[in-house]
Amino acid sequence: MAQTAVADSETGQSLKELARRNGLTAAGRLPGIAEYTRHLWSYRHFIAAFANAKVSASLGTTRLGAVWQVLTPLINAGVYYVIFGVLLNTKQDTDNFIAYLCAGVFIFGFTQSVVQAGAMAITSNINLIRALHFPRASLPIAISLVEVRNMIASMAVLIAIILLTGEPITVEWLLVLPALVLQAIFNSGLALFVSRLCAKITDIRQLIPYIMRIWMYGSAVLYPVTFFSDRISGWQLALVEANPMLVFIELIRHALMENVTLAASPLRLWTYAVIWTAFVGIGGYVYFWRGEKGYGRG
Amino acid sequence: MADERIPTVIADNAHIVYRIYGSVAPGANSPLASLKRIVTGKKSAAVREVHAVKGVNFVAYRGEAIGLIGTNGSGKSTLLRAIAGLLPVERGGAIYAAGQPSLLGVNAVLMNDLSGVKNVELGCLAMGMTPAQVKERTEEIIEFSGIDERGDFSSLPMKTYSSGMAARLRFSIAAAKKHDVLLIDEALATGDAKFRKRSEQRVRDLRQEAGTVFLVSHSEQSIRDTCERSIWLESGVIRADGPTDDVMKEYETYVRK
Repeated sequence: MAQTAVADSETGQSLKELARRNGLTAAGRLPGIAEYTRHLWSYRHFIAAFANAKVSASLGTTRLGAVWQVLTPLINAGVYYVIFGVLLNTKQDTDNFIAYLCAGVFIFGFTQSVVQAGAMAITSNINLIRALHFPRASLPIAISLVEVRNMIASMAVLIAIILLTGEPITVEWLLVLPALVLQAIFNSGLALFVSRLCAKITDIRQLIPYIMRIWMYGSAVLYPVTFFSDRISGWQLALVEANPMLVFIELIRHALMENVTLAASPLRLWTYAVIWTAFVGIGGYVYFWRGEKGYGRG
Repeated sequence: MADERIPTVIADNAHIVYRIYGSVAPGANSPLASLKRIVTGKKSAAVREVHAVKGVNFVAYRGEAIGLIGTNGSGKSTLLRAIAGLLPVERGGAIYAAGQPSLLGVNAVLMNDLSGVKNVELGCLAMGMTPAQVKERTEEIIEFSGIDERGDFSSLPMKTYSSGMAARLRFSIAAAKKHDVLLIDEALATGDAKFRKRSEQRVRDLRQEAGTVFLVSHSEQSIRDTCERSIWLESGVIRADGPTDDVMKEYETYVRK
C-alpha cells in the first residue's frame, strides 16, 4: 500500500539523495553560531515586543500597575534597612550606611531577578516554543531586557535615596552607566545559561533560592566589605573579592558615594567586571545555542 | 509529470521514540524508592520508552494537501511534531523539509494575559515578519478570525475568549504568513461551521501559494474537503498512502471492524 516508496525507486535514487538534490534540510538541524546570531538579530523586534508584553502582562493584573516598579525596590530597601541597619546594627563604622545598603540591595536584586526569571524562561513559555519557530535565545534575552527596564526605575529610587542622605553629585556618577551596561550583558549571559540548565534539569529550579541567598551573603550586600578583610585572608579573600556581584556592587558604590572603603582598587574592580562580563556573556550564549534544538521537546 | 514535482518534505525511515521521565508505577517514585535507587546506583526505572512512529517513508510535494488519519494514539501528532523539528528522529532515519515547517495545533497558546491584538502582533513577529508587515496585516488577521463579530473582543485579554475563539485567532495568525510547509493539528475541528468553511478556503489558498499542507483531523469531512492525498497511520506504521477517497474507504472498513 505504501506507494510513495515505490514512486521513488522508479527514478532509482534514495530518499536521502532526493532530499539533498532539492536542497531540503534535516528537521532539527543546529545552525552555526554566526547564522544563529544573524537570525537572532532579525528577531530583535520580537524580543522587544515580547519584553513589553511581559511587563504589561505582569503589571496589568495589579491596580497600581507601573507604580510597583518603583514601590518594589523601595519596600525592599526598607525591609533590609530595618533588619540590618536598625535591629542588628551591622553598620559598624560605615559612613552613610543607608546609601551603602541600598546600592548593594538594588544591584544584587538586578541580577537576582534575572536569574529567577531566567530559570522559568523556557518552561513557562513552552507553548509558545512548541507553536512557533523563532530563535529560542529571544526569550531569556527579552527577560533580561524586562529587568533592565525595572532597573531603570530602581536606579531612580536609588539616586533619590543617595541624594537625600547627603551625597554630592560628582563627575564620577557617570561611571554608573558603563557599570550597568556591563552588568546587563553579564545578566543576559547568566539568563541564557540558567534557562538552558533549568530546562534540562528541572531540579535545579528548586535550588536557585538557596544559591542566590548564599551568593548574596558572599557579595557584601548587607554588611560592609571590610567584614571580609577583617576575618579572612589569602586565597579565600581573593576568591571573595573576585565575586562578580561584589565587583558590580562595589563599582556602583564607588561611582555614587564619596567616602566608601572598597574591596580593591577601582582599576582592579573594572578589570574584573570586564572579564566576568565577557566570560559569562559569551559562555552563556554559546551554552544556550548548543541546546537550541532541544527546547520544547519531551 | 513526476519530474516537475518539487519535494518539500521527505521522511526517510523515520523512527520516533518518546522517552518519558518520572512516570512510573505508583510506589516506584516514593522517596524511599528514589533513595534506594540512588544508593544502589541502579539506573532509574523512571525512564520509559514509547515507540510512537516506526519507520515511516513518504515524499510530500509542493502544492499538495495531505491528510493524516488514524485512530487515537496512532502517532499522527507525533509525526507532525517531528516534521516541525520539535521531536528528534532516531538515528538511521531522518525527516527532511524545505524551509522551516510551522506547526499549528489547538494546544498552541500565545499569551493569555494579553489582548487579541497584542497576541497577533507578537505571533506575527515570532513568525519573522517585520514591524511594518505586522502593522499592515493585523487588521486583516483580526477580521479573518472573526473574533470581533460579537463586540470588540480583540482588545480584551485572550483568557476571556472561548476555546473556539482562541483557536480561530491562532489559526488566523499562523495562516497569515506564507509557509513552505504548514502543519495543522486538529485546528479546523474547532470553530463553528462558518469559520471552518473560511479556513478550508484559506488552506486551499496557502497550497496555491506553492506550499504543502499537512492536516491531522478526526473529522472525515474536513480531510475529504481539503486533502486530495491521505496517509493512514496505525500504531506508528503507514497502512496506506494515496488518494483520499481510496485511503478513506480502507480506513473506514478497518474502523468498522
